[in-house]
Amino acid sequence: MQFLQQLVNGITIGAFYALVALGYTMVYGVLKLINFAHGDLFMWGAYLGLTGLTVALAALGYTTPWAILPVVIFVMTSVALMGVLVERIAYRPLRSAGRLAPVISALGVAFILESLARNVYGASWKTYPQGLTPSGGLVLAGGVRVSLMQIIVLVASFLLMAGLYLFVHRTRVGTAMRAVSLDHDVSRLMGVDVDRIIMIVFLIGPGLGGVAGLIVALYYGSFDFTLGWIFGLKAFIAAILGGIGNIPGAMLGGMLLGIIETLGAGYMSPQWKDVIAYIILILILIFRPTGLLGERVAEKL
Amino acid sequence: MALLEIENLHTYYGYVHALKGINLTVEEGEIVTLIGANGAGKTTTLRTISGLIRPREGRIVFDGQEIQGMPAHKIVQMGICHAPEGRQIFSTLTVMENLNMGAYTLGGDKETIEENRRRVFDLFPRLEERKNQLGGTLSGGEQQMLTIGRALMSRPRLLMLDEPSLGLAPLLVKTIFEIIKEINQRGVTILLVEQNARAALKIAHRGYVLETGRVVLSGPAQELLQDERVRKAYLGER
Ligand SMILES: Nc1ncnc2c1ncn2[C@@H]1O[C@H](COP(=O)(O)OP(=O)(O)OP(=O)(O)O)[C@@H](O)[C@H]1O
Ligand SMILES: [Mg+2]
Repeated sequence: MQFLQQLVNGITIGAFYALVALGYTMVYGVLKLINFAHGDLFMWGAYLGLTGLTVALAALGYTTPWAILPVVIFVMTSVALMGVLVERIAYRPLRSAGRLAPVISALGVAFILESLARNVYGASWKTYPQGLTPSGGLVLAGGVRVSLMQIIVLVASFLLMAGLYLFVHRTRVGTAMRAVSLDHDVSRLMGVDVDRIIMIVFLIGPGLGGVAGLIVALYYGSFDFTLGWIFGLKAFIAAILGGIGNIPGAMLGGMLLGIIETLGAGYMSPQWKDVIAYIILILILIFRPTGLLGERVAEKL
Repeated sequence: MALLEIENLHTYYGYVHALKGINLTVEEGEIVTLIGANGAGKTTTLRTISGLIRPREGRIVFDGQEIQGMPAHKIVQMGICHAPEGRQIFSTLTVMENLNMGAYTLGGDKETIEENRRRVFDLFPRLEERKNQLGGTLSGGEQQMLTIGRALMSRPRLLMLDEPSLGLAPLLVKTIFEIIKEINQRGVTILLVEQNARAALKIAHRGYVLETGRVVLSGPAQELLQDERVRKAYLGER
């Protein structure tokens, strides 16, 4: 029974990791760049969610879960726009500057976004308004509890990921996205405006990441400015675990990391959670550098 | 007025002066071939025309409009399609998806795309048999067919082919050249880059010989085939 309970909790956390990992993997796909700023964009989703909820509740004058809906849209669009801005300012000018310069630039943006959050919102723990998330839930056979919030998180994450998968695999722009991941120049020769595709990726990845920030903050109730770095790094591990650049891989990697971490914390002790996560990362890098679903197709230079 | 006119084209890779003042014209309906040794600048010429590299100097006029410096995706929209060297297909996309990428500029025009796909499958029945296979799992020859087929999907006015026969078995080389001729007879103007100078000159109307970034010889293909220098340097005769 404890096992099943841990599994349910692990899947929930895994869904968070997966949502954030998608952003890393999509950007890596089209730019071969680890967007270290992604974790902090995700965190900005949590902060903007706090602002949005505070404003929405003050405007309404009473507390209702429905206040979350407009805030989802607000957070998604603002973090998506932040993502596009980051690409324009920090990555695009360095497009032909080799592999190292954009990585340094990404780290710089990560620190800027984190400091900015700390300066604007303060370094203290932030708490989301009470009474927004539904209480209650289901008790399954064997006494395994699934809270209503967990169900909502899972359904929302599943819908977002399924939508993304269909977009990437069934639409013209999604196919162009996969083409750009393979070769910029050949995509240009097909008439693809590569800059526009990259912009779309920076709308979708951070957009999803921002929503994930909001959901995570709702789920845990409180957070501080270190959320982006810690959680972002975990999601990055999830992306590597699944095979960076691979979208289903990011989903799988996120789920696996969430489950393994939670089981490890449950059976050993919570203090070992991070140790387990990083040991997994190192083991993958040693035994399967391309990740679980990573392709072994030789990369063209 | 020629369909494509190139005047005094200079292209650099950093400090490498790859094209040193190329002049070249392609008339509507022609097959024009560009031959020359390794490193002569043939690929660079095509890449400059298609907008992948910006020339430092010179003019490229297509259908009366200057296109040098335009972004590559806009140039495709004008009706120039460049099938790159070395079977650069999208390896993890299916054959169908590769062809759809070729028709990217047609947007959601399903009917035209379907019609163009029909023509491509007529030329390359093998591609239809393999349509759901991933590009990377095709044989070398099939990948070459896909590169050409994909370039035809946008129904270009000018098709630029970079070494379509490279690395193919002799029988397939013959087929590919026949298909190029057929594509031309269906109304597509062709600029053909080839190492296989003899085969290229046999199907071309005119030819240009490139040496270290300069045009050293040009004329009707028949004349080039007879030319002493061409025979020695490019047709392996002594
Ligand atoms: N990316 C690049 N960076 C620097 N120099 C380059 C680059 N690409 C080509 N060159 C140089 O430009 C010159 C022309 O190269 P190009 O590829 O156009 O030759 P080519 O005629 O197509 O040769 P091949 O028959 O071998 O394909 C060569 O000297 C080559 O070394
Ligand atoms: Mg070449």
